[in-house]
Amino acid sequence: MALPKRIIKETERLLADPAPGISAIPHEDNLRYFDVIIEGPNQSPFEGGVFKLELFLPEDYPMAPPKVRFMTKIYHPNIDKLGRICLDILKDKWSPALQIRTVLLSIQALLSSPNPDDPLANDVAQHWKENENNAIQTAQEWTRKYATA
Amino acid sequence: MSSGSLSDDDFAGSSDFDEEYDSDDGSDMEYEQAGDVGFSDMITEKQRKKAYEVDFSVMPLADILSAQSSASNHVAGILGVTLDQAATLLRAFKWNKERLVERYMDNPQEILDQAGVVLEEDVSPVVKRPKGFVCMICFDDSSSGPALALRCHHVFCQPCYEHYLTQKIVEEGESRKILCPESGCNVVVNEQTIKKAVPQAVLDKYRKLQDRAYVADLDILRWCPAPNCENAIECRLPYSSFTSIVPTVMCSCGYKFCFGCGLGDHQPAPCGLVKMWQKKCADDSETANWISAHTKECGKCQSTIEKNGGCNHMTCRKCKYEFCWVCMGPWSEHGTSWYNCNRFEESSSTDARDQQAKSRASLERYLHYYNRFANHEHSAKLDRDLYTKTEKKMEEMQRTSDLSWIEVQFLKKAVDVLTSCRMTLRWTYAFAFYLAKNNITELFEDNQRDLEVAVEALSELLEKPIEREKIAELRQQVLDKTVYVGSRREVVLEDTAKGLAEGRWEFFTEFAKV
Ligand SMILES: [Zn+2]
Ligand SMILES: [Zn+2]
Ligand SMILES: [Zn+2]
Ligand SMILES: [Zn+2]
Ligand SMILES: [Zn+2]
Repeated sequence: MALPKRIIKETERLLADPAPGISAIPHEDNLRYFDVIIEGPNQSPFEGGVFKLELFLPEDYPMAPPKVRFMTKIYHPNIDKLGRICLDILKDKWSPALQIRTVLLSIQALLSSPNPDDPLANDVAQHWKENENNAIQTAQEWTRKYATA
Repeated sequence: MSSGSLSDDDFAGSSDFDEEYDSDDGSDMEYEQAGDVGFSDMITEKQRKKAYEVDFSVMPLADILSAQSSASNHVAGILGVTLDQAATLLRAFKWNKERLVERYMDNPQEILDQAGVVLEEDVSPVVKRPKGFVCMICFDDSSSGPALALRCHHVFCQPCYEHYLTQKIVEEGESRKILCPESGCNVVVNEQTIKKAVPQAVLDKYRKLQDRAYVADLDILRWCPAPNCENAIECRLPYSSFTSIVPTVMCSCGYKFCFGCGLGDHQPAPCGLVKMWQKKCADDSETANWISAHTKECGKCQSTIEKNGGCNHMTCRKCKYEFCWVCMGPWSEHGTSWYNCNRFEESSSTDARDQQAKSRASLERYLHYYNRFANHEHSAKLDRDLYTKTEKKMEEMQRTSDLSWIEVQFLKKAVDVLTSCRMTLRWTYAFAFYLAKNNITELFEDNQRDLEVAVEALSELLEKPIEREKIAELRQQVLDKTVYVGSRREVVLEDTAKGLAEGRWEFFTEFAKV
């Protein structure tokens, strides 16, 4: 099936004018599948880390949200072991007027402000709530261990 | 709207086995018109409300529709908004008119924002594409072509709007609050816009979903769960009362169910008890199967151990506890006399056996009730099967003799009553499982036994071979027993319902509301 105009244009813009700290490059053989890299934001426990993600645009995109998943291990209360992300705009708050760029910016923002009250990884969230400093330390260690090239 | 409560002639009507046979409503009617003496006393009692009956009414789909529009009309009149806006506001307040009006009077703007309603004169959602327009969904930037916008002025092209709404309605089943496609915009897509944007089939689906949501949002309404039935039942009892009342209702389609939880009729057991029992059965059904006389529980970790050899020196696979199969005492205390266990009375093994006995006893107790519960369900099916066979035989008799069709109908009535009674009996066993034993429960058990005896007697009678010469005699016997069984069921239901209302029963556990 031919790629909708929307996806073509979005991709063009993503490549021509990438958001700072974010890159998204479509696979040559599947233009709905993107290799994504998000740099850990400054002043966050993920600073200095380079996180790989995969992003897939389903058949009914943009009516349905893109599917995004972390490939790099990350210690974060809203991201589980399988890299799945708990983010409202990827679920019930999705709007077809949102774009790949806005989704990736939201994920980057999620790295800056973890939300242990809406957890996906329960044990991590628990850790975060009980001893935030210690949890941040673990997140920094994981970043060093798994997210540095 | 037709009003009513359950009465005697209803109780034979339906059961959990409805799918398995075709009940022919016409036949019952004609049968009763035939004025059979056996049922006359039951029919005269019809007017008096029983302790186990609740008031309810059947609401056909048309009534549900008109209830919504009359509420919208009323609110539109009071607040000076359009019908469409009134409906959106009402949905946001789960159709609680009084609360909506009260809150609206306090702070109209806050309520409007919350509900996603923008007051503005009624303008068509179809708009011209503004200069420099780009549809943020498809990125189409052509300057002509249909486009739509709500009063928030977020414009999208018509095909995208249609696609978006169809996705929400058909794929996601949303109808209460479909928001403007713009990210973060809280304005609700009104019905006028939906009408303009989607094809008729999607609009129909949208309206159907709204009716579903209306019934779901109101505690006093519940859909009849029978397949293909479009009625709802209205019952004004508060949900909190369903710990002491079992609200069995019957739809005009003939299906009898519980208003509290939507399951098939489960009198006399209250909803919370039913839920607990079902959970227990689901958890224990496997357990019950694998525990047999050949297994024992480990004295330390309670996991089950199967003895498969002759040696009495057992080692728990899970916790490695070593013990003697005969006395259940620790093996270490056995010394070398293991082949001849002589430690039966030692305290450590008595303790172990006590614990063992306790968990066995509780399992046996459960199985006692469960087996009876399951048995009545199974028997009801057998009764049905038997009836199907008998019916064929009767039809043949009808063809080859002078028996009229009406004369052979007594068996159908009997089987209906029988099924209904078995369903009641079934739930009395779940009820009894949680009942603490005391003087009052003895009466309950007597009633339960009387019903059970009567049910089995009728069931047995139906198994008798049918002979042409004795058919009149059999008919009278069956009719008499049917009436008797029905009256025993009455007694059980009356007594349990009164006991619940009076708080007379003492249960082992607290069961929650629905
Ligand atoms: Zn569009
Ligand atoms: Zn809007
Ligand atoms: Zn019905
Ligand atoms: Zn119930
Ligand atoms: Zn053990």
